[in-house]
Amino acid sequence: MFLAEVIGTVVSPIQHPVLENQRLLLLRQLDPHGIPRGATRIGIDRVAAGVGDRVLVLDEGNSARQALDTPDAPVKTVVIGVVDYVELS
Amino acid sequence: MQIGKVIGSVVATQKDEKLENTKLLVVQVHSHQNEPTSDYVVAVDSVQAGSGDMVLFATGSSARQTTLTEDRPCDAVIMAIVDSWDLSGENIYEKWR
Amino acid sequence: MYLARVIGRVVATQRYAGLKGVALQWIQPLDDAGTEQGAALVACATVSTGPGDLVHFVDGREGALACPNTFVPVDAAILGFVEEVDGPTRLSN
Repeated sequence: MFLAEVIGTVVSPIQHPVLENQRLLLLRQLDPHGIPRGATRIGIDRVAAGVGDRVLVLDEGNSARQALDTPDAPVKTVVIGVVDYVELS
Repeated sequence: MQIGKVIGSVVATQKDEKLENTKLLVVQVHSHQNEPTSDYVVAVDSVQAGSGDMVLFATGSSARQTTLTEDRPCDAVIMAIVDSWDLSGENIYEKWR
Repeated sequence: MYLARVIGRVVATQRYAGLKGVALQWIQPLDDAGTEQGAALVACATVSTGPGDLVHFVDGREGALACPNTFVPVDAAILGFVEEVDGPTRLSN
């Protein structure tokens, strides 16, 4: 899992059937201190996150399919939590 | 997937027994503009490719998704021989030229 | 899953049996500003897309799950046609 900031939404009217009625978010990966890093990604929203939210993101197929409850879905990146805060020692 | 040119083959008599009867080819990765890059991979051939062929290869766990490579220690597989490609309508590579 | 632009088409007649009829396209991954992010790659198109289209794609073994036959050596697949990205930079087709 990694941390990310929701920076936008993606409108995709024609797509794989498994993604129908799923909201797609544009994500910018963050390091634990909140500094942007890595590539821009697209994730499926499972927690009604909004633009500006800091979120927890899954990026592995098996767990993503579990989160969506779809055994054979071609999905990998899923937003599974809105982060309240990160505590670093 | 990435595209590359077959520039050789690997012969290894002493190898993991699960790799018996596989053809291992050396593929030099090419960019979408058909420029050779400094990257290369050794890939299992699933389509009877040969030296000089431009090929398409898949890497990672996807490479084990062929009847030839299933459950074998393989992380790159050649899955097609490229005939041609174009970028924005302009022909970049043509096998028969 | 990433944003990309379709930049070309690949023709390959001799291919792994399970991949018959699957369209292969060059895609250039993009960041949120619409600028190139990493190297172009070849992906299977599971929806009807063509050069110039803005799309989203999945990499890794999940790419194979988007194909008609899911036991195929595919590590990238276009999952959808993107009409619009409402982000820091507005991107549209």
